[in-house]
Amino acid sequence: MQWETVIGLEVHTQLTTQSKIFSGASIAFGAEPNTQACAVDLALPGVLPVLNKGAVERAIKFGLAIGAKLNRVNLFARKNYFYPDLPKGYQISQFELPIVEGGALTIQVGDESKTVRLTRAHLEEDAGKSLHEDFHGMTGIDLNRAGTPLLEIVSEPDMRSAKEAVAYAKALHNLVTWIGICDGNMQEGSFRVDANVSVRPVGQQEFGTRREIKNLNSFRFLEQAIDYEVRWQIEQIEDGHKIQQATVLFDPDTGETRMMRTKEEAHDYRYFPDPDLLPVKLDDELIAQMQGELPELPQAKQARYQKDYLLSAYDAGLLTQSLAHANYFEAALKILNADDLMVGAKHVANWMNGELASALNKADLSIAQSPISPDSLAGLLKRSADNTLNAKLAKEVFAAMWAGEGEADAIIEAKGLKQMSDSGEIEKIIDEVLAANQKSVEEFRAGKDKAFNALVGQVMKASKGKANPAQVNDLLKQKLAG
Amino acid sequence: MIHASLKQLSALLAEQKTSSVELCTEYLDRIAALNPTLNAFITVDRDRTLAEAKIADARRGQGEAGALLGVPIAHKDIFCTEGWLTTCGSKMLANFVSPYDAHVISQFKAAGMPSLGKTNMDEFAMGSSNETSYFGPVKNPWDLKAVPGGSSGGAAACVAARLAPAATGTDTGGSIRQPAALCGITGLKPTYGVCSRYGMIAFASSLDQAGPMAGSAEDCALLLNVMAGFDSRDSTSLQRDKEDYARDLDKPLQGLKLGLPKEFFGAGMAPDVAQAVEAAIAEYRKLGAETVEVSLPNMNLSVPVYYVLAPAEASSNLSRFDGVRYGHRAADYGDLTDMYERSRAEGFGAEVKRRILIGTYVLSHGYYDAYYIQAQRLRRLIAQDFIEAFKQCDVILGPTAPTTAFDLGAKNADPVQMYLSDIYTIAVNLAGLPGMSLPCGFGADGRPIGLQLIGNYFAEARMLNVAHQYQLATDWHSRTPEGL
Repeated sequence: MQWETVIGLEVHTQLTTQSKIFSGASIAFGAEPNTQACAVDLALPGVLPVLNKGAVERAIKFGLAIGAKLNRVNLFARKNYFYPDLPKGYQISQFELPIVEGGALTIQVGDESKTVRLTRAHLEEDAGKSLHEDFHGMTGIDLNRAGTPLLEIVSEPDMRSAKEAVAYAKALHNLVTWIGICDGNMQEGSFRVDANVSVRPVGQQEFGTRREIKNLNSFRFLEQAIDYEVRWQIEQIEDGHKIQQATVLFDPDTGETRMMRTKEEAHDYRYFPDPDLLPVKLDDELIAQMQGELPELPQAKQARYQKDYLLSAYDAGLLTQSLAHANYFEAALKILNADDLMVGAKHVANWMNGELASALNKADLSIAQSPISPDSLAGLLKRSADNTLNAKLAKEVFAAMWAGEGEADAIIEAKGLKQMSDSGEIEKIIDEVLAANQKSVEEFRAGKDKAFNALVGQVMKASKGKANPAQVNDLLKQKLAG
Repeated sequence: MIHASLKQLSALLAEQKTSSVELCTEYLDRIAALNPTLNAFITVDRDRTLAEAKIADARRGQGEAGALLGVPIAHKDIFCTEGWLTTCGSKMLANFVSPYDAHVISQFKAAGMPSLGKTNMDEFAMGSSNETSYFGPVKNPWDLKAVPGGSSGGAAACVAARLAPAATGTDTGGSIRQPAALCGITGLKPTYGVCSRYGMIAFASSLDQAGPMAGSAEDCALLLNVMAGFDSRDSTSLQRDKEDYARDLDKPLQGLKLGLPKEFFGAGMAPDVAQAVEAAIAEYRKLGAETVEVSLPNMNLSVPVYYVLAPAEASSNLSRFDGVRYGHRAADYGDLTDMYERSRAEGFGAEVKRRILIGTYVLSHGYYDAYYIQAQRLRRLIAQDFIEAFKQCDVILGPTAPTTAFDLGAKNADPVQMYLSDIYTIAVNLAGLPGMSLPCGFGADGRPIGLQLIGNYFAEARMLNVAHQYQLATDWHSRTPEGL
């Protein structure tokens, strides 16, 4: 039987506010345990939550960026359950009436373009951390993360393969970092993905029973986990078993998913509107302000690059894969200040998507971590554009720049990599070479073409490879003819 | 001096006829002598009180002249007070020393009012007789066999017995007004949002409101001036201009329209209570007030609505008491679930457990719409009744409680009977309105009777004016129990 995979993602994005969603404590990563937990985060008796406006503003920006409906009145609710790293015994989240509803995101898989619909995005607070190691049979609780603002972004089950799921997750990651509402740091948990996965026979209308893979913190794990899960579910069904709705965890070491709890064991969260918080009202002014603060979005920028610079969709797509890429591109192009903008843009794109991308990739660095700044790259491209460097020399200079040896001009100078194009200087070398190689001159005049090449080689050698080879040819011919 | 009003105490301090230290010492001595009998205080800390009194005296010495600077006050043990044990009447918090001050406490500190201690209360403010306190029941100063009412029973008893000139209370369904009535003092619950709830241990967040309890309406007005005010740490705190709640005290009552809800005057009210309330109405007519009959048709729903909503919120509010970070943790337990179960089973008393169970039930999947949503809908109808009634009158008048104080132990076996003792007060919380209780006589058993006034939203000053004029004409509020 042919099977079809159905995937929907729930992504928890940590918002880039200074302080927590309901308290004034800092959300900076990596502090000593419990040093960033104030009375409100500890849920001391009597404390109350106060909503951080910055979190609301970021949610509005997201809603606008995906063309969603913003609920002008949205509500916070309590999700009740007991866990040691949930200090209040409930999580403040949005249930009925989330801040963002609907919207869509376009993804690219190979040459195919596809639209993934979003169900909703709602604000909520993160829990703390339970630390099970190092406490000798006891559990340590770190509440630094408790109360960190999250926007949980829920998609429709519109994806049909792990590749599509990854493409969607990457597009979402690009968008939230692009508009500055999330730093996107997956190692630190700023962007965490839960995947709802089910399979059904091709052609069947209704969905199969889904299992939810929790807390995937890399795109690679997302792909591996879904691939494994899909194989597992198909095997189960083909072996005559039914899939039970469940929550599972992915183990990166074994590459397998394993059951955490079934639906029967799921909590009754007893959601109800939080009486400590008033309904959130969004006014036109705030929405307009957020709209005004949104930068040009990735898809719009890609289209503009194609149109204004005549770049290919492929090149423009790579340059808009993140805001950092686009910023790098635009900064380099500006410094380069090319006479022909389209030639300049193509030049920058080729270098960014070629040499630079491959060096970054090899060193496992992001564009933001590039040791070569856009200014520096433009400096190199200038020397290539004005014929100071040929292609081979340019790569050599790039390698030296990557190694931290300085700016292009300084490297060219220090290594003497500049082409020698001064005819006087070249003539002087030719004269010396001809004087020292009378035998070859005579052979040439006797009709031996090979002798000419030997002389060129001698001149190049004497110039230490810097002489412009075309000029050497011309000048040598003139001299020998004269 | 112990029978002096706050205004009189303030004058004595201003004229340097006494000091805050002297005043506090006198009250502390009285507490030391009488609290073993009354059990009105959970925590008394002489050194702390006197240290606060010294600061107040020093401030006055430097020329400061706040209206209540140096006048002591007792705080209900529901308010977090930095460095003081803050138990909320529960074993769960019997060892909890708060690291911070509630907003209301900071306000009193800023006003220079030393704390005489933390008063006894029903556990987590759940009760109408003070008998659910882990620290034992409070005795009614008028009759030691009687309950003081609840949940602010310790506050009411300590003011009635003049162990303190004033006290703070909180009122979720009548917890200021009912004990004020049963102990023969004056107590006021402001409009929801007037006093910050920050640092006040939550029972039912949408209903809880702090308020003053004292010997008179005038005293309550002075205290409310200190307590009220916007606090950015409480999202339900209202941002309004500062007002002087004593500004209208002296206004004559000519032309006042007093609304008498017919639902308040039916069966259920004890004859002696009815008689005292009728006499008060007659007094008001003498003072120039007119009376109009009004109707609150959904009044009868207020107790059932309240006993869905308040437990629902409480079941969630009390989840933080889990033995993990502070408060009681069972000595022996197996796994995590066992720790939760034992800690909570040991830490909470029977009434608190009952309400957590009710609240958990009404919020559960499959019951939520039938209970919680329905109760919210009815809550709006109840509030609407008051809005309609206030189109016909300025202030609503009725009894505070259906009977005088009942005997200790009399209603313990029957929670519903206990819940019905708040039948006249609960609707006010559901509507978020201000209400107060003031003494208006004594029952056949010699125990005090309370008259309830209910104001429109933010009409505290008007309500206090109506109460004060009555207290100028009568002396029920200045009677004190004998033998103490």
